[in-house]
Amino acid sequence: MVALVLVGVLTVAYLWAAYGQRRRWSHLHTWAFLAGSGVLILALSPPVAHWAHHDLRGHMVQHLAIGMLVSLAWVLAAPMTLLLRQLPTPYARRVVAWLQSAPVRVIAHPCVTLLLNIGGMYLLYLTPLFVATQHSPILHHWLHFHFLVAGYLFCWSILAAPDATPHRVSRRLRLGVLTLSIAAHGVLGKLMYGYGWPRGTSHSLEDIQAAAQLMYYGGDLAEALLAIALFSLWYRRSGRRRAGFATRGVHEKMPIHHPARH
Amino acid sequence: MSDAPPPDTKRSLRYAVLVGIGLMAAIDEIVFHQLLQWHHFFDRATPGIGIVSDGLLHAVELLALIAGGFLLADLARRQRLARPWVWAGIALGMGGFQLFDGLVNHKLLRIHQIRYDVDLLVYDLTWNGFAVALLVLGVALVQRARTYDRTSSSRHGPAQGEHAGPQDR
Repeated sequence: MVALVLVGVLTVAYLWAAYGQRRRWSHLHTWAFLAGSGVLILALSPPVAHWAHHDLRGHMVQHLAIGMLVSLAWVLAAPMTLLLRQLPTPYARRVVAWLQSAPVRVIAHPCVTLLLNIGGMYLLYLTPLFVATQHSPILHHWLHFHFLVAGYLFCWSILAAPDATPHRVSRRLRLGVLTLSIAAHGVLGKLMYGYGWPRGTSHSLEDIQAAAQLMYYGGDLAEALLAIALFSLWYRRSGRRRAGFATRGVHEKMPIHHPARH
Repeated sequence: MSDAPPPDTKRSLRYAVLVGIGLMAAIDEIVFHQLLQWHHFFDRATPGIGIVSDGLLHAVELLALIAGGFLLADLARRQRLARPWVWAGIALGMGGFQLFDGLVNHKLLRIHQIRYDVDLLVYDLTWNGFAVALLVLGVALVQRARTYDRTSSSRHGPAQGEHAGPQDR
């Protein structure tokens, strides 16, 4: 319940900031945020939570929704850019400095976010940790929080847009990390399917296998969405750059969000 | 646009190969895994290296389809798409992937077989024969694209930009 209220507060804050903008704020960003919030509220709602508690497939759907869909949508909503625009300049400067600080640079690097995201999943599903999360409410909430944060950081570090990332990692490396992520996701699904992980739960082998396949195909879908986002951002940006050469000023109305770059 | 650049045949071919690879992989997944359910999702006979390489290959296929699609769209937007080379590339990519799947994945890495509890030889021959047929088709399409380029450039002479219409729409 606390989580649902928190999501509601975040969403209202975002909408309030977006509508208060003097410079135009893209509706696409706003819709992305709303979509993310909607999916998150759905995923945390009592019926889904109940389903997730006694059916491993439900857990998988919940995990995919929170870790991949919500985080991707929220990254596409450019919340950092909005926050920096909203804050008074001295505070915004402080936030930018914080975004450039060493810990943030480390934690937002694609290699680190890959480990946090997929590495965390290996740790959760292939060890007794999963059973522990079923018995401890604190661990259980922490798990959802981890999915959301790790997923967000991963999507952000791969897209490196629309919010600027603290470092400039080449697109080639980001694509390489994305490849590893898709592969690692698939391998985990097959290991769970083949060897019956997570073990020690009350779920039958059939349930586990169904959940593992759901992870495999659902994960594919989610990573494909991330890849599509990555390429369509590239497509839009390169089109805009080219158009800028030909007819300057036509695309002025589309803001480019790179406040933290400088 | 009278000063449209000539179609980029090399990139058209290269990006279409990516799409071909991704398409064949998607067809394999949908037809043989999902509809017919001939392939096993995973069997424990798969060696460890097989699982990992299959995962990586799968990732590359997925990205090839998406990247190839966007790159082709970008070429089309710049009016540099060479249609005949796209078809050749798709056939080559599909055939190449099918042959790779049939030889390396099924036979060398033994990730899974085409079907279980049947005489595999017939299936393997059909599978790889189809792959070779696609490759032959691809080579034929490359020839056709070459002829097309030659005739269209001789027909239009040095005024290359004039014929941007028919070739790259």
